[in-house]
Amino acid sequence: MFERLLFEAPDFFTYHNVVFLLEAAARTLGMTLIGCTVGFIAGLLIAVLRQSANPWTLPLRVIAIAYVETFRRIPFLVIIFIVLYAIQPLLEDASLLTIATIAICLVSTAFLSEIVRAGLESVPKQQIEGARTLNFGAARTLWYVVLPQAWRVILPPAIAFAVMFIKDTSLASHIGVVELTFSGKMFVNRGFSPLLGFGAVLVLYFLLSYPLSRLGTYLEKRLDPSRRS
Amino acid sequence: MTHLDVRDLACSYGSEKILKGVTLSAEKGEVVSLIGPSGSGKSTLLRALVGLTLPSAGEVRVAGKAVDYSSRKSVRELRSQLAIVFQQYNLFQNMTVMRNVTIAPTTIKKRPKAEVEALATELLARVGMEAKHDAYPEELSGGQQQRVAIARALALQPEILLLDEVTSALDPERVNEVLDTIRRLTEEGITMLLVSHEMSFVREVSTRVVMMDDGKVVETGTPSQIFDSPTHERTREFVGMILKH
Amino acid sequence: MNYTFQFGEVMAELPYLLGGALVTLQIVFFTFFLGAALGLMGALGKVYGPTPLRKVISAYVIFITNTPALVQIFVLYYALPDAGILLSSMAAVLIGLTLNSTAYLTEIIRAGVVSVRQAEMDAAIGLNMTRLQILRYVMLPHIAKTIFAPLSNFFIWLMLGSSIAALFGVEELTGRAINVSSVNLRTIETFSVVAVIYIGLTLIASMSLALLGRFAFRVKARVF
Repeated sequence: MFERLLFEAPDFFTYHNVVFLLEAAARTLGMTLIGCTVGFIAGLLIAVLRQSANPWTLPLRVIAIAYVETFRRIPFLVIIFIVLYAIQPLLEDASLLTIATIAICLVSTAFLSEIVRAGLESVPKQQIEGARTLNFGAARTLWYVVLPQAWRVILPPAIAFAVMFIKDTSLASHIGVVELTFSGKMFVNRGFSPLLGFGAVLVLYFLLSYPLSRLGTYLEKRLDPSRRS
Repeated sequence: MTHLDVRDLACSYGSEKILKGVTLSAEKGEVVSLIGPSGSGKSTLLRALVGLTLPSAGEVRVAGKAVDYSSRKSVRELRSQLAIVFQQYNLFQNMTVMRNVTIAPTTIKKRPKAEVEALATELLARVGMEAKHDAYPEELSGGQQQRVAIARALALQPEILLLDEVTSALDPERVNEVLDTIRRLTEEGITMLLVSHEMSFVREVSTRVVMMDDGKVVETGTPSQIFDSPTHERTREFVGMILKH
Repeated sequence: MNYTFQFGEVMAELPYLLGGALVTLQIVFFTFFLGAALGLMGALGKVYGPTPLRKVISAYVIFITNTPALVQIFVLYYALPDAGILLSSMAAVLIGLTLNSTAYLTEIIRAGVVSVRQAEMDAAIGLNMTRLQILRYVMLPHIAKTIFAPLSNFFIWLMLGSSIAALFGVEELTGRAINVSSVNLRTIETFSVVAVIYIGLTLIASMSLALLGRFAFRVKARVF
């Protein structure tokens, strides 16, 4: 097994192959970034919506809660399949990457909205009351008072989620998105040793994931609220 | 004209009735103190006045004009006339002292920054906190935070200041610095509604004392009337208990 | 869009699909308990073991938790034959998921082990308890209580994660969904029904775990 790896390595690590791998890694990273960005913004909207006490928003709130609770309890693979077969009649020439990205955003929104919600709820109620008595509207209270204090509670779990999510994107390979896992499959299909092909892929995933994971641990220690004097 | 006029104000928390018809008034420049046992509704009254809890019945007039608590516009206007300082100092933890004081006038009333900062500096000096204008709340003691909270409330130049047990959460050493600040404010003629346990202070600065119990006003009078010769039995009980200490 | 939903065809296959749910549960239970046992050894090794062992376990955990389980199983399934080891789909999935879970569970259990306060240990030693007694009466109850919530969350995560077995042809819930939908071509309906089954499984699991936590370990958690 290892002899084969050593034997094939020079043919594997050609300029073209390496560039191809890096492009695939970029695609993995891109999907993760889009997923986390869209998921954070949409998640923030949902979290804010859920805090509203306005009776008119009740139907929206019920939908939001149902959405979050549902999409956190279905395997990502199943969601990808559902999105794949649901989108095709609607958007005939949607690319596989688009479909995968939609599925990714649906899942990340659900998870990140919970993380954001916990962060918003961690801000003491008195801070919000103080803002109200100064005639701050809901938007101003959120922007000037709640978010600046909530982000410390939001950031570490959000980064942990991103680290998990990089690995989840590997499932997009099944529907043919040319991301990192798919590129590994391609090389193996071309005849390279699986250990070499998938090994290289594993190393690249590691290089994407580990620094982020270390960043998360570092931030968790620094942002620990009990450390504030 | 009466500055603040409250008639039969009622307020519930869920199914529980906290305020059962409160009537009181304050003339311009008066310092009206609310005293009474815990749970009598004093804090709820202040919170209801400023619109944090929706009253279920009754009428409130500020400078003759009635307040409609169901109308956002009316409540916003009310909050520019009425400012409140709480027991748990509600300074915004993520802003400096100066920013805490200036944020409301600059972002909501949209007044020019230089003008507001000048006002803020003056107010902070009045409460004795101008040296700490760059500090964050977590660096200040409880008493210091309360004094800044008072400056912040004054920055919107309210007509009436509500103070809800502002010394109750402080260490005994800190209480006096806040009481001194309040004492100076009373001499400046601002109308105040004060809820406090500090009876000797209440006696000293108030023009009128209101005794509350079980969600209603039990007795009203001058400090000497209430403390030396209370007429209502509950007042006598309460005052008697406190003065023993 | 001219598409009428026809759930009837899917519901006819419901017993078959539920059989897949059973396979899913088998995979999850096997992986979880074997992974927990190995994870316990890994955690103890990482806390009490000699330095070389600690480094090896650390490296293992860091590598596995920063790479996708799917690719790990690919390596087992496609690369091992070169070394002469041929694994069936189910074997590759079980071994791969177990090795993957071991890494995560090592971390979870390790956090529990190091949370035992030295003061309690000292008291136990002072009372002349043997190492085994200390393990049983002082450490394990505390560790169990600390790790119960993270373990529960991991169990649920594993329930959903077991679906990658379908990509290797294993006929668990997702795998059977693929089979059914490739025949009746009612893909959306089939996967929707399967999604509902997953939701049902995870809800039952969450509630059961919450109840178990309350009664056996006195860990308070929302039951619903």
